[in-house]
Amino acid sequence: MTDNSPLARLMTSPEGRLAVIAVAVFALMSVLSPDRFLSLQNMTSMAFQFPEFAILALAMTVTMLTGGIDLSVVGIANMTAIIAAMIMTRLTGAGDGTAVMLLALAASLALGMLAGLFNGLLVANLGLPPILATLGSGLIFTGIAIALTGGSAVMGLPPAMAWIGNSTILGIPTPLILFAVLAGALSLLLTRTAFGLKVQMYGANPLAARFAAIDITGMLIRVYVLSGALAAIAGMVVMSRANSAKADYGSSYLLLAVLIAVLGGVNPYGGYGRIIGVVLAVLAMQFLSSGLNMIGVSNFARELIWGALLIFVMIVNTWRPFARRT
Amino acid sequence: MKLDWTRNETLVAVVILGFCVLAALSDPGFLSVATLTDLLRNGIVLGVFAVGVFVVLVSGGIDVSFTAVAAFTMYVTAMTLNALMPWMPWWGALAVGMAVGGLLGAINGVLIAGFGLPTLIVTLGTLSVFRGFMLTFIGQKQITTLPPGMREFGRMMLLRGENADGSFYSLHAAFVVTVLVVVLTWFILNRTMLGRAIYAIGGSVESARRIGINVRGVQFFVYVYVGVLAGLAGTIHASMARVANPFDLVGLELSVIAAVVLGGARLAGGYGTLTGTVLGVALIVLVRNSLIVLGIPSTFQSIAIGCLILIGTGLPAWQARRAAARAA
Repeated sequence: MTDNSPLARLMTSPEGRLAVIAVAVFALMSVLSPDRFLSLQNMTSMAFQFPEFAILALAMTVTMLTGGIDLSVVGIANMTAIIAAMIMTRLTGAGDGTAVMLLALAASLALGMLAGLFNGLLVANLGLPPILATLGSGLIFTGIAIALTGGSAVMGLPPAMAWIGNSTILGIPTPLILFAVLAGALSLLLTRTAFGLKVQMYGANPLAARFAAIDITGMLIRVYVLSGALAAIAGMVVMSRANSAKADYGSSYLLLAVLIAVLGGVNPYGGYGRIIGVVLAVLAMQFLSSGLNMIGVSNFARELIWGALLIFVMIVNTWRPFARRT
Repeated sequence: MKLDWTRNETLVAVVILGFCVLAALSDPGFLSVATLTDLLRNGIVLGVFAVGVFVVLVSGGIDVSFTAVAAFTMYVTAMTLNALMPWMPWWGALAVGMAVGGLLGAINGVLIAGFGLPTLIVTLGTLSVFRGFMLTFIGQKQITTLPPGMREFGRMMLLRGENADGSFYSLHAAFVVTVLVVVLTWFILNRTMLGRAIYAIGGSVESARRIGINVRGVQFFVYVYVGVLAGLAGTIHASMARVANPFDLVGLELSVIAAVVLGGARLAGGYGTLTGTVLGVALIVLVRNSLIVLGIPSTFQSIAIGCLILIGTGLPAWQARRAAARAA
């Protein structure tokens, strides 16, 4: 590209194009529905809505960087949330239950990591294709959640639990802060540590990574444990916002998480992906769905537009009509 | 004949036999014509889907949009026939369904073969697009009065009879369609150059291109074929259910892929047999419908299917690893 104007430079990277799309969507919605879309109420409501599936998308991103995928994230989120909810409903006595809540949250995080470890062992030690390993384990985790509850919701959580999903700190919604911290930490982990470098190298070329004497088994296990932990955190946010836990909450989030990660420029075959891209993709999606909601478009049209956006971005990212065929 | 334990087909067949023996021991009533026809009926739509998914997996791709294609097709077919062509006989209705499905499949085909986009992402996108388009622009209410052709097909039975206790059993004529689909697909895959080309692309796209296979043409055919089968399955589903509910079918895609993979097809492509696919479907149908006979509550259904997937794909992977370690 010989044109050196700032916009043209921005358009050469997938993240740049995504930033342009996010800003364009924001501007369009502001013009179409200025008094409602730009209201403070809408901004806070959006900030409460997206972190739960955005955190799942982060989990998906980590595994996709290694050329894998984690189809069990929603299963892990629901299973860990149900176990945390059961601990809380059994043990809560007097008070607002903060101590019990912390215990339950620690247990659910540990359980999420354990579930991730199970995935990691299947992928790294047994050599199962990630898509099948996590499809199978996801069914098992969902199955455990159904078997524990008989399919009904666990309710009666202590009041303290509502804090994670519904409160604000200095006027900023807590789930948004949680997502920002997780995204920032993950970005640092992937770009500034040896572990992150190994993940990127393995995703780009597994064979070369093996010959570079990278401990692939250990690295893959850590990736899936990380994904399990993120899924468990997403489960806590969902539980707090719904004030209950159920085996089939967020089942539509699975494909949405994959969609966001891919829209964010993450290569599903591994080797390329940046957290900033995923964040921009989440924002673009949320602006689009809230804005469409305000101008009275049904939820089903949102599905249509998400799918169309995904395909459009993929065409722009990969199709080079004038490039020479290899 | 010596059993080859490294093949998924053997494994799945043994598990099915074991399941049936255990079920018969715990409830002698399990071994009856009624149970058999019930299971076969449940396998009709799943079987047609699975054959389509199998062809895509062999070609090295994956399709998650087929349930949306089926739902879209059955809804649009029922609506169009009602409004424009109520005189259409049952075979005409099925043909219209196949045509609509084929058109939607062609959209996948253009994006995958034409633009060269990754199959998982394209079909993930079209899953949302087809479903969203239907629910936004075409309708959300279920169609309870199907066109005469589909109603006629819904009433067609292959055989019917009465059990000892006076209840009735029947096998729907659509079972013949599933059998025909399996036979036709077997013929394409194993007796034509096109079939060989599909396996070749799944094995290695580059090698296939170098021996002169028209990779794009074959890929395009594969996605249109899956669309046609999905359209057929959708039309059959609506005819048998006697209602076209746009919210049906979507959500089934991972179970169908699980059935096909259990039967030994590999996600990497180029590998697998239709026998395995049929066995995989049989196993999933058994687990979904008859787990209760073994005294396992139906809440454990997804745990059972999950375990089967992990064992069914883990065992061959582990054996391959051991063989590789021995060879090295």
